[in-house]
Amino acid sequence: MTANELLPLAVLASSLVPGLVIFTLPEAWVGTRSALNLFGALAKLALVGVLLAGVNEGQDYAVRYEALPGLDIAFKADGLGLLFVTLSALLWLLTTLYAIGYLEGSPRRSRFFGFFSICVTATMGIAMAANLFTFFVFYELLTLSTFPLVVHRGTEQAMKAGTLYLAYTLAGGTVLLTGIVWLHHLLGHTEFAHGGIVAALGPQAAGQLKVIFVLLIAGLAVKAALVPLHGWLPRAMVAPAPVSALLHAVAVVKAGAFGIIRIVYEIYGIELAQSLELLTPLAVVAAATILWGSLRALFQDDLKRRLAFSTVSQVAYIVLGVTLFGPVGTVGGLVHLVHQGIMKVTLFFCAGNFAETLGIHKVSEMDGAGRRMPVSALAFSVAALGMMGAPLTAGAISKAWLVEGAYAAGMDWAAWVLWTSSLLNAAYFLPILWRFWFRRTPAAWPHERIAARGWRETSWLLLLPPLATALATLVAGAFPHIELSPLDWARLIAEREYAPR
Amino acid sequence: MAWLIVLPLGWASLAFLLGPGRGAVAAIIGLAAQLWLVADLAAAVSAAGARTHAVGGWGAPLGIDLAADGLSVVMLLLMQAVALPLAVYARAYFAPGADESRYFWPMTGFLVAAANALFLSADLFNLYVALELLGLAAVGLVAAGGGAPQLAAALRYLLATLVGSGAYLLGVAALYGTYGTVSIATLTPLLAAGQAPALVWIAGGAMLAGLAVKTALFPFHFWLPPAHGGAPAPVSALLSGLVVKASFYLILRLWLGPLGELAAAAPGAGWLLALLGSAAILWGSFQAIRAAHLKMLIAYSTVAQLGYLFLIFPLLAAPSAAQAGVMHVFAHGFAKAAMFAAAGALIRATGQDTVAGLAGLAERLPLTLFAFGLAGLTLMGLPPSAGFLAKWQLIEAALAQGYWFVAVVVLAGGLLAAFYVLRVLRQAFLSAPAAGALRPVPRTLEWTAFALAAASVLLGFRGVDLLALLAAGGAP
Repeated sequence: MTANELLPLAVLASSLVPGLVIFTLPEAWVGTRSALNLFGALAKLALVGVLLAGVNEGQDYAVRYEALPGLDIAFKADGLGLLFVTLSALLWLLTTLYAIGYLEGSPRRSRFFGFFSICVTATMGIAMAANLFTFFVFYELLTLSTFPLVVHRGTEQAMKAGTLYLAYTLAGGTVLLTGIVWLHHLLGHTEFAHGGIVAALGPQAAGQLKVIFVLLIAGLAVKAALVPLHGWLPRAMVAPAPVSALLHAVAVVKAGAFGIIRIVYEIYGIELAQSLELLTPLAVVAAATILWGSLRALFQDDLKRRLAFSTVSQVAYIVLGVTLFGPVGTVGGLVHLVHQGIMKVTLFFCAGNFAETLGIHKVSEMDGAGRRMPVSALAFSVAALGMMGAPLTAGAISKAWLVEGAYAAGMDWAAWVLWTSSLLNAAYFLPILWRFWFRRTPAAWPHERIAARGWRETSWLLLLPPLATALATLVAGAFPHIELSPLDWARLIAEREYAPR
Repeated sequence: MAWLIVLPLGWASLAFLLGPGRGAVAAIIGLAAQLWLVADLAAAVSAAGARTHAVGGWGAPLGIDLAADGLSVVMLLLMQAVALPLAVYARAYFAPGADESRYFWPMTGFLVAAANALFLSADLFNLYVALELLGLAAVGLVAAGGGAPQLAAALRYLLATLVGSGAYLLGVAALYGTYGTVSIATLTPLLAAGQAPALVWIAGGAMLAGLAVKTALFPFHFWLPPAHGGAPAPVSALLSGLVVKASFYLILRLWLGPLGELAAAAPGAGWLLALLGSAAILWGSFQAIRAAHLKMLIAYSTVAQLGYLFLIFPLLAAPSAAQAGVMHVFAHGFAKAAMFAAAGALIRATGQDTVAGLAGLAERLPLTLFAFGLAGLTLMGLPPSAGFLAKWQLIEAALAQGYWFVAVVVLAGGLLAAFYVLRVLRQAFLSAPAAGALRPVPRTLEWTAFALAAASVLLGFRGVDLLALLAAGGAP
């Protein structure tokens, strides 16, 4: 096995092995566990760095293993996959730091961090999968390894949410599997390739291809939380904040969105998908999700639930971008995959900080929180403004490209959907900011657990991760054209997808 | 080859004489040696093709021939590979000097010997003898559980197994009467040669029906849940994981061999089996979802999982169908043994057997729960387990022949399995205050259950090797 084959496997192992070791550690070994976690996260980041540098030089990283005759588990490192890999690896490091601080002193931490690492491994596998079969293997692994995290608290409410989550995702997985086996039966393989692979079947398969497309997308739409399959996401907010932050804002919903990107660009090919008239219905679903998610978010008093509905809406931006036929829309969708990740993770980190430090969970309790916890509130404000698409934030870049893409594709209505959504975003985020900064601090907080010391309003580990991601939101928004920025990267991928073959 | 039959008989007798304590050690050493023998045989078969061995130097028709092809070797491998960890498990499970363990080791030895003989037999009558011995040993193991309900279950089991092997013997007699031979190799061309008389059709039907009873195919499954659910955990694991597979092996062997021509002439037979298999999946899962007792839940899951095996019969035109069947036998063998082993540990800890009583156990017996979850993964047919590969192949075989119905049943069955597996996990993850202190569980119980479960999942990475072994030696 050559070094180039080993590298993708090492990226997987850097979270899988620490995860498995952590399972066996006694609960009290906090130091060892944290060290292992951080070692894994840093090692992964380093490995991803090597991978990026290599791909930049034109190196080929691919490895495959025969699971059954003619059926391979295969990994590759391509531009699109690496976009997701890098995002996850970076956010994993930050979320691990956050989780160590957040769960300090709580029970069942070995189990938590073990499954957490397996989740990240699954996400990496999804990102680097070279065919639909491999994608599915890790997609299901992600489903299963998130369940113990959702039900981590072990309450009856958590159980209900976890069961609902599994009901949705396992049913979705079954539908997805149906589509994959069918496709595999028709084609004999399901390798991802630029420009798609199903065109080889010729026009007589058009009918079957349409049905398969619906099966594949419906299966993925469950995780991507497209309306009407989004019901599990707000309920899953009973999970601890780091889970909501990394998994529900990034890994799980992104796995769905990422899968849709792979299907449209690398299984069907954007031209064929367009000529089969598959893109417009998907765009309508995405638009409906954007509006419905934003509308529902307006009426949530629980902060995490409001953020969850916001996720429902924002992830659909990515899908909408994919369906806008043309490179500009594609760039918008891809860049939002990253931007939404860093902004939403910030919001959940901050929501966790408020809950953990002051015991406030509801929007109506946020009065004056900005004076007590200025740093968290500032990070939250930056991310919230980003979500609205305010200038100089990452959100502005995504939105500009998406709107531009909608016009370029001649789908003006999609631009209107985006504008309306921006207004709705403002309508549900601005009141929170207003309460943070302009309302009076209450005499006593409901449940103040961590006392402020100087400007350190809560523990370091809870404070640094949201600061870092808020800063990233600003950098990505203010300097979108620097090399290796998400935008730069997305353009590179889009160029290749639309390049004449 | 003959050693695979002689050795377990040897340690069975030894265990009877030495008593349970030293008998267990003899059994474990014996099983380890058998595993080594099977590995050796597997290497020989994959290198040089199918092998036959004339016992005592007298070849058929005077003496007895033993034959091993890919299918036999795969089944032998499963048998020894699952029985060995279960023996380690059982040694820790039975308290020293416990009444129920006195007969466990000798009976298990006879059971393993009978199963190995079954997998190696090359003629229908020897197969009958092995089948009968296997059934009687299994009934004995259930009855050794002691209590009145176990005895009732054992009697029911005895009845079913006698009816099953009786019907089979009837068929064998009719075939012998018609063709004058019981050797599979001789019979196959004879049956294929010309129009089979009505008597042969009846014989084939009787043999299949008898074996279906022994494999607990719906609606003949009535004997399985009380027998498997009531026995001590190591016995349940042996029976559910291995013993029911032996009669399935025989069905497959006949279907692909001597009865193949009849089956091809009457496609309805295959569909009838598949239909009953589908009903088994639905009914077994439904009962598992309703079951209040953990071991009953697992036993009904066996009824459902056996249903998958019968879905392959109308699809056998695609080679991946038979492969899917064998893969599923393998995956389920490990997973179900693991599940019963884990259940045994859980019951040992809590002192009771209800699903509701499992609340809060995930925290206190995490390894056992992990084992249960991994085994559940295989039963649900989720990747990367061997169960998933079996499911994939089965669906693909169904689609290739345009039989959507079968694919839908397989997919729905996976979801139903998720339902009952999660019932258990959900309860265990509840952080309810455990009612009273847990009794200590020997670490061996937890680790052997985990090893079996991990094997059922990791086998998914050795699917190619398993299929290569199956295809070795010109297997059917």
